[in-house]
Amino acid sequence: MTQVDVANVSKVHISMKGEPLLALLDVNFQVEKNEFFSIVGPSGCGKTTLLNLLAGFEQPTRGQLKVGGEVISAPGWERAVVFQEYALFPWYTVVQNVRYGLQRKRVPDAEQKRLVDHYIGLVGLRGFEARYPRELSGGMRQRVSIARALAVNPSILLMDEPFASLDIQTREYMQDELLKIWQSEPKTVIFITHSIDEAIKLSDRIAIMAPRPGRVEEIKRVDFERPRDPTDPAVVHLAAEVKLWLRQQVFGASKPAGEAGRSEKASAY
Amino acid sequence: MTEARSRALDPPPAGGREHSPAAAPRHGARAAAAGAPQPRVAATSEAMAELARSMVPPPPPAWRRALSRISRLWLLVAFVVAWQLISTYGQRINPQLDVMMPPPTAVVSAAVDLTERGVLMTHVVDSLKRVLLAVGAATLLGVPLGLAMGWSRRFRAAVDPLLEFIRPIPPLAWIPLSILWFGIGDLQIVYIIFLAAFFPVVLNSMAGARDVDTYLVRAGLSLGARPRELFVTVVLPAALPHIFTGMRIGLGIGWMALVAGELVAAPSGLGYMINNARTLFRSDYILLGMVLIGVLGLVLDYLMRQAARIVMPWHRGQ
Repeated sequence: MTQVDVANVSKVHISMKGEPLLALLDVNFQVEKNEFFSIVGPSGCGKTTLLNLLAGFEQPTRGQLKVGGEVISAPGWERAVVFQEYALFPWYTVVQNVRYGLQRKRVPDAEQKRLVDHYIGLVGLRGFEARYPRELSGGMRQRVSIARALAVNPSILLMDEPFASLDIQTREYMQDELLKIWQSEPKTVIFITHSIDEAIKLSDRIAIMAPRPGRVEEIKRVDFERPRDPTDPAVVHLAAEVKLWLRQQVFGASKPAGEAGRSEKASAY
Repeated sequence: MTEARSRALDPPPAGGREHSPAAAPRHGARAAAAGAPQPRVAATSEAMAELARSMVPPPPPAWRRALSRISRLWLLVAFVVAWQLISTYGQRINPQLDVMMPPPTAVVSAAVDLTERGVLMTHVVDSLKRVLLAVGAATLLGVPLGLAMGWSRRFRAAVDPLLEFIRPIPPLAWIPLSILWFGIGDLQIVYIIFLAAFFPVVLNSMAGARDVDTYLVRAGLSLGARPRELFVTVVLPAALPHIFTGMRIGLGIGWMALVAGELVAAPSGLGYMINNARTLFRSDYILLGMVLIGVLGLVLDYLMRQAARIVMPWHRGQ
């Protein structure tokens, strides 16, 4: 069942100099219910712009984004966001952060307590309930942020490079945890990352974006059984294929990067 | 009492610890620290906390900490001593120094003298009352105005020109007009202090509300916060440190305006006391007034900082 429908979406940003810039051009894709859908691409390809549109923080210049048949017009808890820099409220403790969305939803107190306890346990933060975010490590903060987003029971979880600022061990651990949570409580996840390996490890499908103007060039299905072994030849092959393809998109086919950059500059003027 | 407390903070003597049966896990933890192979299962957090405690030198006893705190004030002490020496011995060279620069002892005896006559407290209380009333009013009006200006661009665009036109006018320039409006008395001085304290409070509150992290606002919105909830749960707490800064600056400037206001026209207060002493050539009273203003300003600022610590527990140590 199609849950998210992005149809012919374009977005123009106004630069600081006042010039219009094409951040997204004719983006089209659908996401199924309970699918793990990743969007990968180099920086500047409009990944975050796309997430801002899906979250409802910004409106598209052209086209439409729909969830369950309804046009996205404003942010809301049914599309909870996990940000790269966590965006935890520094003045609230772990419990208060996780409870935040439940209070906004007017969930009864007893139910709030139960859910907060459940999700704090799910992300493995028992014993840290009374801490403030700045007393936690980066990985723990991101777990609070994930618990906070899951607690409101969104139909879609939007994740904007959630593990990008974590060290590699913590990142891999968090990826495994996220998969476990997603398998125990199925949910549509739209996951933005610049790491192809991460996308292949986690996703059902991957949308590959290219920059200038930001566009979705290809959508790849990843059919391997989870948990996926990054050293499995098939996985390695797919990763290499996507990486090569992306490099060609960004730097031009089979040319050294420097030369491609120059020719691009020349064509821009 | 203090000795008991310092003993509680000191770790128990090492010998006693080795023999107690409870020392077993600690012993293992210490062996690990010494480079022995680490046990596979980490020791309990209790044992780890104990290990951490054993690595830090014990805090110095209370009397030593008190002494070190006092010894940090050496420059202040040196200043007072130098003042005393210059004032007393300088009189041999220049007898007028008795009036121009009375020594600290003269200021203390002036304080005793005026307290015994029961006037000092009245002046202090009157001044404090005016400052607190004015800064309180500046906070009550200035914080909501500043937050609203920081929150709504349209509101700021409307209010800003008016505010920026009034702001450069020194509060003292308002004194003649305010005497016409309110007469000579508490209300007039409160008004002058209010004007002085109002702008720092408004501008800092505005900066606080503008400074809110976009991601926190977005996080609030995506978790379902309505505008009013967003204001109370995100904008206000994010702006609190700025609001406190504004209040502290407002208090400092208000305190200055108080003395200026009382110097010109007042029936009482520390500024009045200073001005009155001038006409009587009582420079010891003048100095007493100045010292009291400094000390009270210091105390009020200290209280503000303590209040901030209590209101913003997450902000401690930043």
